Amino acid sequence: MSGPLTSAFTRLYGAKGWSVLAVCGTVLFVLFPLLNLVVPPHSEFHVSAYWITLIGKIMCYAIVALAMDLIWGYCGILSLGHGLFFALGGYAMGMYLMRQIGRDGQYASELPDFMVFLDWRELPWHWWNTDSFLWTLLLIVAVPGVLAYVFGYFAFRSRIKGVYFSIITQALTYAAMLLFFRNETGFGGNNGFTDFKRILGHAITTPQTRMVLFTLTGAVLIGTLLLGRYLVTSKFGRVLAAIRDAEQRVMFCGYNTLHYKLFVWTLSAVLCGVAGALYVPQVGIINPSEMSPANSIEIAIWVAVGGRGTLSGAIVGAAVVNGAKSFFTQFLPEYWLFVLGLMFILVTLFMPNGIVGLLRGKAFKGRRA
Amino acid sequence: MRGKTQTPALVALIAALLSCYMVAVRPAIALERGAVEKLALGEGEERIEAIHALLASGDPRAAQVLAALGAGELQIAGKRVLIVKDEEAFDAVTGEKVTALPDGREDVMLNNRVRGAAANALAALNLASAERATRLAAVRELSSAADASALPLVQKALAGENDADIKALLQGIAASLNLKSGDLKTRLDAVLTLSESRAANAKALLLAVLDSETDGDVRIAAQASLKKVENRLAWGERAGLFFAGVSLGSILLLAALGLAITYGLMGVINMAHGELIMIGAYATFVVQNAFLTHFPGAFDWYLACAVPVAFIAAALVGMVLERTVIRWLYGRPLETLLATWGISLILMQAVRTLFGAQNVQVANPAFMSGGVELFANVVLPWNRIVILIFAAAVLIGMWLTLTRTRLGLYVRGVTQNRAMASCVGVPTARVDTLAFGLGCGIAGLAGCALSQIGNVGPDLGQGYLVDSFMVVVMGGVGQLAGTVYAAFGLGFANKLLESWSGAVLAKIVVLVFIIIFIQKRPQGLFALKGRSVET
Repeated sequence: MSGPLTSAFTRLYGAKGWSVLAVCGTVLFVLFPLLNLVVPPHSEFHVSAYWITLIGKIMCYAIVALAMDLIWGYCGILSLGHGLFFALGGYAMGMYLMRQIGRDGQYASELPDFMVFLDWRELPWHWWNTDSFLWTLLLIVAVPGVLAYVFGYFAFRSRIKGVYFSIITQALTYAAMLLFFRNETGFGGNNGFTDFKRILGHAITTPQTRMVLFTLTGAVLIGTLLLGRYLVTSKFGRVLAAIRDAEQRVMFCGYNTLHYKLFVWTLSAVLCGVAGALYVPQVGIINPSEMSPANSIEIAIWVAVGGRGTLSGAIVGAAVVNGAKSFFTQFLPEYWLFVLGLMFILVTLFMPNGIVGLLRGKAFKGRRA
Repeated sequence: MRGKTQTPALVALIAALLSCYMVAVRPAIALERGAVEKLALGEGEERIEAIHALLASGDPRAAQVLAALGAGELQIAGKRVLIVKDEEAFDAVTGEKVTALPDGREDVMLNNRVRGAAANALAALNLASAERATRLAAVRELSSAADASALPLVQKALAGENDADIKALLQGIAASLNLKSGDLKTRLDAVLTLSESRAANAKALLLAVLDSETDGDVRIAAQASLKKVENRLAWGERAGLFFAGVSLGSILLLAALGLAITYGLMGVINMAHGELIMIGAYATFVVQNAFLTHFPGAFDWYLACAVPVAFIAAALVGMVLERTVIRWLYGRPLETLLATWGISLILMQAVRTLFGAQNVQVANPAFMSGGVELFANVVLPWNRIVILIFAAAVLIGMWLTLTRTRLGLYVRGVTQNRAMASCVGVPTARVDTLAFGLGCGIAGLAGCALSQIGNVGPDLGQGYLVDSFMVVVMGGVGQLAGTVYAAFGLGFANKLLESWSGAVLAKIVVLVFIIIFIQKRPQGLFALKGRSVET
């Protein structure tokens, strides 16, 4: 092995970190597929489809949490609109999946059912070419990316920061939600997209397809983690942290903070879009409520619970909060909001560095939000 | 005759009035026997003719017969027509009491057409009533479909009517009847009258004239009248839009005023603001229920009690929050945002647990229902007007508190320079708590007002949170005047766009506009100048 590559490896994680990652990779890519597909259903070791879907879903959330951590934990910009980018990626994938239904829908039409229901004769312009998977992949990356770039360019150029930025991102996702709730927008209104049949010609509900999506999500998650790690350990990452802690000083040192913020903001949005696109085929539904301001704020609490400014914290937070959510909504639904609310309060008051901060047991130096 | 009646109320009232009238002026004049008999015994067309004949007679006794017909109290025994009420019977023709109820009585059966004609005729007779409400109801009934036989009564009523609303409606009815007249002059007059009439159906009537009229003069007059009427309707629409804008502005203002203190002055990002509005609304609901069970007689006044209760409830919750959570987070706005969001979730779920997830019913007091009719096509609802006044009162009260009281002085002092205020002996921590309580209390007042015009449910506050932040941010943080301008500006913009593009798109357009606006002017409409800008 040549020197630079090795040094890149050692820069990202130490030996301990790489071995933890290797264990996680083995569990995701070998153990789960074996336990789900090979071990017979009646065996005690069988992992059911429910668990595969749940863990797959949580891994999608973890990608979103990583994206949020990059922009909030490392750059100090709290976005309350990340649910929008997630949903846009999901809708892009959803359009493709709707086209894949073909004539198998209720009305046996080339058009998606909801369009037949609205008495539309042809696909609206923004559905152009959505039956192409490659075009869909482009949309998944480009739509959230372009929107974030344009929005971020204007916002950061006029030096909107802190709470102002948070509130206008919230207004953005709220406006988008209202827009997508309308039938005329062409995204299925209230109901969104559901009843998917196949993806790339394969039936979407078979264990094999499910497992492919699951491992793909795992791979993207690990890839995102490494990419994030690469960014934050680079010089770029140092500048980001400096912007977070003292933006004016960074500007006086001659850096144009606009480009730094804009890059990490757009990257974060694209990652959310990818997570949304992986989420939709696994969960089987996408509707405008994904864009509700409440959903976007919840993303922030995943990161806060896990620990801001630590990438592993984002993953841990997403897993803990969503695990708790699954448990409570299933067994004690009326207490879930109490628990979630308390989490928001207690974490901000008593655990500024989240679970990972507690585990590391050492105080982070005080940082401004 | 002296009828002793209880039900139905309207019939009873008329009967009572009429009986007094008759006892005083003319004791028992017999109605035309033929008409009454035809009414009771005849078939279809005959009965309608009979109704018109009774109406044309203008006899107040006819009202009694018609009312009895409508109420199903008219019976026949052989050839005799009786009004039977609570085991007492009167002869419909003579009005004499019948002591021995004859056997083999049969109810007079009605079809809808006869029933409608009877109600219409009864309304025409009621035009002479002394009660304004009775007359108004009668006029409304006649407005939809009056028969030519009612014309003399309508004209008589028109001559004696003093109430402007009723008079306007009567003019419309008279004109619509005259339009069917065979006489050219009458039709022409009717068309001219319609141009001045405030009747709601004036436009439809004139269009009908233009459709069917053959005479040239009348057509020209009708065209001119139509233009006038349309012009007036357009003004009415504009006035309606203006009022809708002002009304929405006042609601936004109420929702945002509390935030103007907690966020604008104190800099606390209170995401639970909407839930404090909700607490105010639920406090109103509780007071309403208390009045219903304990003082049903004073129900109309429950709001007078609900206003302070809503204020205190929300203020108390706010002060507790400030003491326990928010004050540890001063100077860390993003953490405050997350913590208060958590609070809002808890408050929402707590209300769901206490009151159920369904919306609860909050009734308007009687004086707030109905409205002022400005034009034929514009009615200003009382509850909106009351809220407008209430918003103005809250604004003035808040302004006085901030500028004329010691607390206000302290709040401004702490806002401008906390350390200096503390040095000169202002108890800054207590001022924070009180100021936060004040802002939350005002949110509670907003909830009390909103409960009068919308649904009261656990999600009530969510809808207002984004709006109120937009108002405060757009107006410029720390600026009361900016908040007022922003509230009314957004109210108008929303309503104008709504009339042009529908409610949802209007909302989206306004949100996008605000997003762009904030990019251009991050400091809001009215920026603070000087050193407090960058802190």
